[in-house]
Amino acid sequence: MKRHTIAVLVNDQPGVLQRVSGLFGRRGFNIESITVGTSEEAGLSRMVIVTTGDDNTLEQVIKQLYKLIDVIKVIDLSANPMVARELALIKVSAEPAARPEIMGVVETFRAAVVDIGTHSLMVQVVGDTEKIDAMVELMKPYGIRELSRTGVTAMTRGNAK
Amino acid sequence: MVAQNATLRSKEEIKEKLRKPEVITGSEILLRSLVLEDVDCVFGYPGGAVLYIYDAMHGFSDFQHLLTRHEQGAIHAADGYARASGKVGVCIATSGPGATNLVTGIATAYMDSVPLVVITGNVATTLIGTDAFQEADITGITMPITKHSYLVRKAADLPRIIHEAFHIANTGRKGPVLIDIPKDVSAELTMFEPVTEVSIRGYNPTVQPNKLQVDKMIKAIQEAERPIVLAGGGVVYSGGHEELHEFIIKSGIPITTTLLGLGAFPSGEDLWLGMPGMHGTYTANTAIQSSDLLINIGARFDDRVTGKLKGFAPHAKIVHIDIDPAEIGKNVPTDIPIVGDVKTVLQIANKDVKYAAKADAWRAQLLASKQEKPYKYTDSEDELKPQWVIEMLYEESKGEAIVTTDVGQHQMWAAQFYKFNKPRSWVTSGGLGTMGFGFPSAIGAQMANPDRLVISINGDGGMQMCAQELAICAINNIPVKVVIINNQVLGMVRQWQELIYDNRYSHIDLSGSPDFVKLADAYGVKGFRASTKEEARAAWTEAMNHPGPAVVEFVVRKHENVYPMVTQGSTIDQMLMGDAE
Repeated sequence: MKRHTIAVLVNDQPGVLQRVSGLFGRRGFNIESITVGTSEEAGLSRMVIVTTGDDNTLEQVIKQLYKLIDVIKVIDLSANPMVARELALIKVSAEPAARPEIMGVVETFRAAVVDIGTHSLMVQVVGDTEKIDAMVELMKPYGIRELSRTGVTAMTRGNAK
Repeated sequence: MVAQNATLRSKEEIKEKLRKPEVITGSEILLRSLVLEDVDCVFGYPGGAVLYIYDAMHGFSDFQHLLTRHEQGAIHAADGYARASGKVGVCIATSGPGATNLVTGIATAYMDSVPLVVITGNVATTLIGTDAFQEADITGITMPITKHSYLVRKAADLPRIIHEAFHIANTGRKGPVLIDIPKDVSAELTMFEPVTEVSIRGYNPTVQPNKLQVDKMIKAIQEAERPIVLAGGGVVYSGGHEELHEFIIKSGIPITTTLLGLGAFPSGEDLWLGMPGMHGTYTANTAIQSSDLLINIGARFDDRVTGKLKGFAPHAKIVHIDIDPAEIGKNVPTDIPIVGDVKTVLQIANKDVKYAAKADAWRAQLLASKQEKPYKYTDSEDELKPQWVIEMLYEESKGEAIVTTDVGQHQMWAAQFYKFNKPRSWVTSGGLGTMGFGFPSAIGAQMANPDRLVISINGDGGMQMCAQELAICAINNIPVKVVIINNQVLGMVRQWQELIYDNRYSHIDLSGSPDFVKLADAYGVKGFRASTKEEARAAWTEAMNHPGPAVVEFVVRKHENVYPMVTQGSTIDQMLMGDAE
């Protein structure tokens, strides 16, 4: 089982996310993460979907996506060198005594503290999925109160074909 | 000719008039657009959310509207119309329950790639999402079973949407397209300007194949010793039956046609091996299993054809021609994929294809096998055998009828014992296996072909799922000849319970069925019943001589099974041969 990252350029129509995610569900394809936002062109949205499966499954995913009328283009990003990023906000329990230690981790990860509460800190971290996973692991001992991850967005590198 | 020219002219005149831009309601836009799409017959059922549309239809005579007795009847009729004509079938239903009653029919058409435009009403845009009376999210419900769908937000979008819907439904891999029109949109006044161009970014079906791939197939044919063609519904849908015939005659490759491909190749010819799969012929199934080259033309390797996938065509190099790239490699790994329209691909292939000379021994072997092991059954003088009935229908109609079927044993016997020589003469629910489909689809087929004999073959089970549409036949004098093969049980279920569930017959007894002759009579349709061969021929002759619709009930042997049969989990050469054994 390989992890694949694909970008799907779609018409910015009501229900298009439902069409795409529904297709994954009913065809038995896995979605690890899905992100949607505007693209470089007005009227089109870009979805980035992380899925797992063998190469045949990926081929079917791409072909089935192309059958949707609102799908303009499907790109297998992970076939080439790419940049993939995810953002997470982690609200971690932080009594004043524990804060310097947490700040140390935050600095090492080049993350940022974006909010300070009486008993907590909110940490923002950006990076690839592994980096976020590592950050979450390191925050666990302090007590994670809330965690919100965006899912992966990605692009192929400028010099990749 | 004079009359025909007059009709043509008047049709063009009507269209010319309708093309004139003017301010009209969404409902009128819909009706005009349908006429401009060459729609001549619509099947539907009114209700609250489509009242404006039906109001606009009052006195409207530029196409015919048939009021069915159930929305399911309407959509199966539209489906039968589309399959028998090649045109887009159209049906209209109201919102909520009206729309959800279409779901089975939409799924049926989707599975068999039938072009439909399905128009549903919806509650007003201001009420959408409020759980309003008769509201259902029909675009959401049908998303997995439509090729595409639209929820119309303003009347001004209607001309474009309707034109796109017809284009999408009847190009590429065909399929149903749903247009959901909220009530206020159907009432909204706007300037109507007909749309004649279509430009949908991201929708561009590949019609022309890659020539290099076609060349690879041509080369593979020359090298093959045991080639076989597996042709499916795609041949019929692309209109490529003549090209297929030329391809087979030129190459001399034996051919098997799937359930939906019946009629794509003349069944009387030597190279035709019959149908493959679960109830296919011995020869077709064994030929597939020992072939060294399998050329799939417009079929999708359905599990009813392949049996156990792992052991399917184990020695064969696979060529797959399909307009839908997603079908290629979906079930069976493909060696030579050819994406394109079947007719176009075959036209290109026919320029270069040569006789497969290495396959002479193979052809002779299959021809012998075909003569040795045809479909068989043991006839009886005491009881009417369903297979005999089908053979009789074939003889009496000289194979010229359009046959629609329901789903079950009678469907398989019809596929086995009625021989098809022309495309679009066989209308059956293959992919979804929809009971209730047979009879209403015949109404559509007859509407599309007023001058042809349409025989609708049903079981006693399926007939009771849409029998109410007898009213439509009676009122409109639609002369469908309805056959009921009555064995008083759910026959195919009984067969499985006998063979696989150790004779434990669970809830299959239909002995409480109505008197079908009286039922027909109650609707004003002529009814006949037959229990012997003599009665059967006499009843059929009378039914045929009757100018209008007729129901003929054949009371047949209860414990008759469909053979050969490949049970699930077996490869297709592992057949139970039954009577033929």
